[in-house]
Amino acid sequence: MKKLLLASVAATAFAGAASADDVKLGILIGFTGPIESLTSHMAAAAELAMAEVNASGKSAHTFTSVRGDSTCVDAAAAQAAGERMVTAEGVKGIIGADCSGVTRAVLQNVARPNGIVMISPSATSPALTADEDDGLFFRTAPSDAREGEIMADILMEKGVKSIALTYSNSDYGKGLAEAIANAYTAKGGVVTINAAHDDGKADYSAEVAALAAAGGDILVVAGYLDQGGKGIIQASLDTGAFSTFGLPGGMVGDSLPAAIGPALDGSYGQVAQSDAPGAAILTEMGKANATPFEATSPYAMESYDAAALIMLAMHAAGSTDPKVYKEKIMDLANAPGEPILPGELGKALELIAAGTDIDYQGASGVELIGPGESAGRYKEFVIKDGKYETVTFR
Amino acid sequence: MDILNAFVAFANFVLVPGLTYGSQLALGALGITLIFGVLRFSNFAHGDTMAFGTAFVILFTWWFQSMGISDGFLPTALLALPFGIAVTIAMVLGTDRVVYRFYRRQRAKPIILVIVSAGVMFVMNGLVRMIIGTSEKNFSDGSRFLLDPKVFRDATGLAEPLAIKTTQAVTVVVAILCVAALFWFLQKTRTGKSMRAYADNEDLALLSGINPDRVVMVTWIIAGTLACIAGTLYGLDKSFRVFVYFGLMLPIFAAAIVGGLGSPLGAIVGGYVIAFSELLVTSAWRKIAGYILPDGWLGDGLYQALSTDYKVAVSFVILIVVLLVRPQGIFGGK
Repeated sequence: MKKLLLASVAATAFAGAASADDVKLGILIGFTGPIESLTSHMAAAAELAMAEVNASGKSAHTFTSVRGDSTCVDAAAAQAAGERMVTAEGVKGIIGADCSGVTRAVLQNVARPNGIVMISPSATSPALTADEDDGLFFRTAPSDAREGEIMADILMEKGVKSIALTYSNSDYGKGLAEAIANAYTAKGGVVTINAAHDDGKADYSAEVAALAAAGGDILVVAGYLDQGGKGIIQASLDTGAFSTFGLPGGMVGDSLPAAIGPALDGSYGQVAQSDAPGAAILTEMGKANATPFEATSPYAMESYDAAALIMLAMHAAGSTDPKVYKEKIMDLANAPGEPILPGELGKALELIAAGTDIDYQGASGVELIGPGESAGRYKEFVIKDGKYETVTFR
Repeated sequence: MDILNAFVAFANFVLVPGLTYGSQLALGALGITLIFGVLRFSNFAHGDTMAFGTAFVILFTWWFQSMGISDGFLPTALLALPFGIAVTIAMVLGTDRVVYRFYRRQRAKPIILVIVSAGVMFVMNGLVRMIIGTSEKNFSDGSRFLLDPKVFRDATGLAEPLAIKTTQAVTVVVAILCVAALFWFLQKTRTGKSMRAYADNEDLALLSGINPDRVVMVTWIIAGTLACIAGTLYGLDKSFRVFVYFGLMLPIFAAAIVGGLGSPLGAIVGGYVIAFSELLVTSAWRKIAGYILPDGWLGDGLYQALSTDYKVAVSFVILIVVLLVRPQGIFGGK
């Protein structure tokens, strides 16, 4: 028994003793918790990017992944997992964290003190835009504030002068409603009322009465389609209070037109969805992968892009030091340069080595704005005959 | 003209929903008050009895819909209602036989029966969840509107719409029919009279040869019927979710207590008092005030006393005030 233990200790010691050009990247996402159904796809996508770079043989390094569980909700557990990655495993960059709350905690208490680059594929809270990050934090997912701006643009183009706004009484709903209200007011629109509604009630007529009393050209419902959002729309139609609705991403799904019927026709909104050419490519790659995954699962594409950006930046900087390669990420992600799609990471490495500029598009059509967050692609839709019809992508 | 608009807005957002909600509460409170009067305990399981009955009405409705049977203009659930009522009656008679009778024979104190009913509530709640699931169920069909808001606006030329949903009209009509039938039964029939006698003075009633088992059975049958009807009307008009029915307990009890526990007339008045207080306090009066006040008097406020989040709190406050000031309720119950 003692010998066996010694042997296994020796084995782990060998495994830990990496050669000089071996680089570890951390994948810190919630393998357990509320989004556990998404994270297996996210991790597989990120690891596919690493495998692709390794297989190309064009990089000076061999990349291996270190998985850590952020739990999505428990900040202390996420920090412990992040700290272990950095100090015990010696990762040079982190893909993660996933949910906004734990991401902020890990950024402040692990990434900044240790000087590690973090690229989150899925944190969407507007608060992260303003957080201190020493230039170490990026995200390939758009901020919810972005959706507010897109919605304000659409409302302005439609000539809507005033809106009544109601949101699901949750972090998501509140953040999104604030973003919409701020962006719309800044563009000169009037928000007559910005009121919360609780999900899971049987009757929303009282909430709708208050919204109707405030008035407005249309009613924007920043809620959930299977919850209070549907109830609000139904009660509005039942009392004749509003007939047209603005529908952000949380209200998009086939069950809504099916439940409401033809009265919903003519309502419009937007949902985060990419028309990038890379999306289809990664979907195929995911199917053919040794461990197949669904690239269309939320944030899987963003995870692939996050991993790819870190590796390309290391290559471009000629260094695995986060303080050095962090400067390269914005350049690589944005124009000008040769567009790079999934499956072309080897070509990207070659181009970088040759000194050619690249514009990493990846699976989600990456374009980083502001302090390094995705601009995001949104599908503007209008409901016609019970179907979400695409108007345009913006 | 403006007064007209103000009235239509009031009718649309307060009067019609208040009448509907009040009728649903009144039917629920009637069941509570009958059980309190005859069996002498507060039946906490009443909300979940409503959910149980509604669940079966929904199942029968789906069955009818799948066979292509419909009511045309009216919701199919009305056809399924008698079947749901039968199942509910079987259920409440069953619980009485298995649970309540044991404690009644022991002459258990009312407080013990209240706790027992809380136990029955949890069992029934779990049962309904197992039978029909926890998610929202929609079973309303037929024509949606009796008075379509668009049609009303076009016909009258008013700025304000007035909508009357079919389910709202059905609720009020069914409630009136139920109340009329119940009062006729209690006042005119022999069984009704014996029930009232039993409620007034149990010993005297027994001495005069009234069969207590029969009175108890009839009470449960009526309470089960009312619970099933009230639950179905609420579910038709709003939506069905087990958890919501559990939460309906508070306003229903408030209605029964405000009216006076044990008084059927009180339960009906209490239902409307609770419904309209909730609506009047949480309603935003800006629109109506805008039509009535002279130009320029209207500020920016919503003229809303309490946010709609506090709707339930209103029935709580009324309940506490009544218990402090007039514990016997408006119509002097027990």
